[in-house]
Amino acid sequence: MNQNNNSNNEPRLMKGNEALAEAAIRAGIHAYFGYPITPQSEILEYFTREMPKRGGVVVQAESELAAINMVYGAAGAGTRIMTSSSSPGISLMQEGLSYIASAELPCLVVNINRGGPGLGTIQPSQSDYWQAVKGGGHGDYHLIVLAPASVQEMADFVFDAFRLAEKYRNPAFILADGALGQMMEKVVLPEAGSLPYHEVNWATSGMGKRKERNIITSLYMQPEEMEQVNLHLQKKYKAMQKEVRFESILTEDADILLVAYGLGARICQKVVELGREKDIKIGLLRPITLYPFPKDEIARLAIRVQSILVVEMNAGQMVEDVSLAVNGRCPVNLTGRMGGMISSPEEVFQKVETIIEKQTLTLK
Amino acid sequence: MENKIPEEFEVVYCKPSTLTDMPMHYCPGCGHGIVNKILMEVVEELNIQDKTIGVAPVGCSVFAYNYMNIDMQEAAHGRASAVATGIKRVLPDRYVFSYQGDGDLAAIGTSETIHTVNRGENILMIFINNAIYGMTGGQMAPTTLIGQVTSTSPYGREAAAIGNPLKITDMLAQLPGAYYVSRHSIHTSNAIRKLKKAITKSFEYQKEKKGTCFIEVVSNCPSGWKMTPLESMKWIEEHMFPIYPLGDLKIPKEESKVTKENPN
Ligand SMILES: Cc1ncc(C[n+]2csc(CCOP(=O)(O)OP(=O)(O)O)c2C)c(N)n1
Ligand code: SF4
Repeated sequence: MNQNNNSNNEPRLMKGNEALAEAAIRAGIHAYFGYPITPQSEILEYFTREMPKRGGVVVQAESELAAINMVYGAAGAGTRIMTSSSSPGISLMQEGLSYIASAELPCLVVNINRGGPGLGTIQPSQSDYWQAVKGGGHGDYHLIVLAPASVQEMADFVFDAFRLAEKYRNPAFILADGALGQMMEKVVLPEAGSLPYHEVNWATSGMGKRKERNIITSLYMQPEEMEQVNLHLQKKYKAMQKEVRFESILTEDADILLVAYGLGARICQKVVELGREKDIKIGLLRPITLYPFPKDEIARLAIRVQSILVVEMNAGQMVEDVSLAVNGRCPVNLTGRMGGMISSPEEVFQKVETIIEKQTLTLK
Repeated sequence: MENKIPEEFEVVYCKPSTLTDMPMHYCPGCGHGIVNKILMEVVEELNIQDKTIGVAPVGCSVFAYNYMNIDMQEAAHGRASAVATGIKRVLPDRYVFSYQGDGDLAAIGTSETIHTVNRGENILMIFINNAIYGMTGGQMAPTTLIGQVTSTSPYGREAAAIGNPLKITDMLAQLPGAYYVSRHSIHTSNAIRKLKKAITKSFEYQKEKKGTCFIEVVSNCPSGWKMTPLESMKWIEEHMFPIYPLGDLKIPKEESKVTKENPN
């Protein structure tokens, strides 16, 4: 496929969804399968416009069920594949994702999260955190989950996602909210051709010159065998822990630590500034990988800070992972809004002030 | 293991090399075993073992990958044709088939079935219609006949309550994406020979990228029907054929012209 388009690698202004799609073409995906849903339809639209010109495959599937199973087939055939959707569509993909995780097929699934539950709203939300990081479908499995916080990262993380997916033979997942998909920012797109695809020996691509046939399945009738498969997966998830990534902003001298990801972290950057202007030492830890989760870093900081405030665009999901990591070492608080509403930096800062007051913290 | 055959003997029948040595788990007299075998005979005869990929979803044939000596991908219940689409789209020069039961293809996977055929995916879809859910223990299928007793239609299927047997093959034949649609059976050796011809033709069409080839096989489920294999074959003739008559439902336009102009 022609991974380059006419334009060069100069910085340009792009929508998050389109930057992600263009990055995927530059990452050399062989095919994209998807179904329209707001706020991510630009991804499908971009591929239907660009793939025919650049020699890739794109199919608008009849549903997200079909799309994820086309991904399963094409990933099994040993090619670089992705799909994308938004919350209700991602729910429909869960059975397929479970099969893909069990069969250990690398691929990329993108969720441009909108407010739920139900049909919900098309406004940005982080309400699918649990679904993304705990597995989402049936069975004990994990996706590798990356959470971009800018249009630049919407593009860059496509490359990271495929690199990790192929390294671990595991589905990778980009969890972004609707705002990141829709907003325009300056972006320098990753270089085309910089992510070589390595032939695999396990694909069901036709036996060719192979003596043994390849089989892709997730069915094991003997519980002893199924247990071994599970043990193998758990070992892999453990090995993945070293891929943890996070961003720290002024965490080392912080009294109050904010923990937020994606758009929430963008808001919190402003809160850190508001605090520092008033001599309140606020720091921010932004998990970049939501699975694996930066629990060691949070545990380390929990000893040093006086209180933690988790900021989420949901009813409080990541706060559970933070609390587990903190394990009682300091108080963990939560703030955020739901259903497509976004907290302003001032609202979050007010919450910080309330915590200082209520917990009667003596700040350094 | 190669058995040396004395020169004076002529091989008239043997297992194709495209079948493994694994004993099949199908119940005695079940049509699945027959169709698995002739499908692999065709793959051997056409010499396409190295470029054929099969997709078998959940159902009694879920273990087809244990018997068919080709690359195979197991699919979720109902999603075989979407999986086959994914494979075929990225590897268009391979031969791809799906092998699905009636619950799979005509109930939970109806949407995938219709849209795969409507897109005219260049694959072969084999549809085993045994009028019942075999794997889960004999529940009613969309193809179950009126009055037929199953574990979830204990008083016999009633159209007023649950609708009529779904003739999905007839529906699919209406779609422009369908190139060749044909209904066959396994109740006699003659019928099996015809089925084998249809499978061979379908792979040949696939090579020419003509569109979807769809073969329904009116089959049996002695265990689910609670019959001996012999009784089940008779039951197919007496009860299934009136609803699911054998024959071509759609043949390539070029060939229909030839037959009309030149009836021989
Ligand atoms: C999502 C899902 N729902 C239900 C099942 C249970 N299930 C397995 S096979 C089957 C029916 C199989 O019937 P059919 O497709 O007609 O094939 P047969 O076994 O008769 O060959 C069902 C309902 C499943 N595995 N997955
Ligand atoms: S249950 Fe029915 S369909 Fe399944 S193997 Fe037995 S006879 Fe065949």
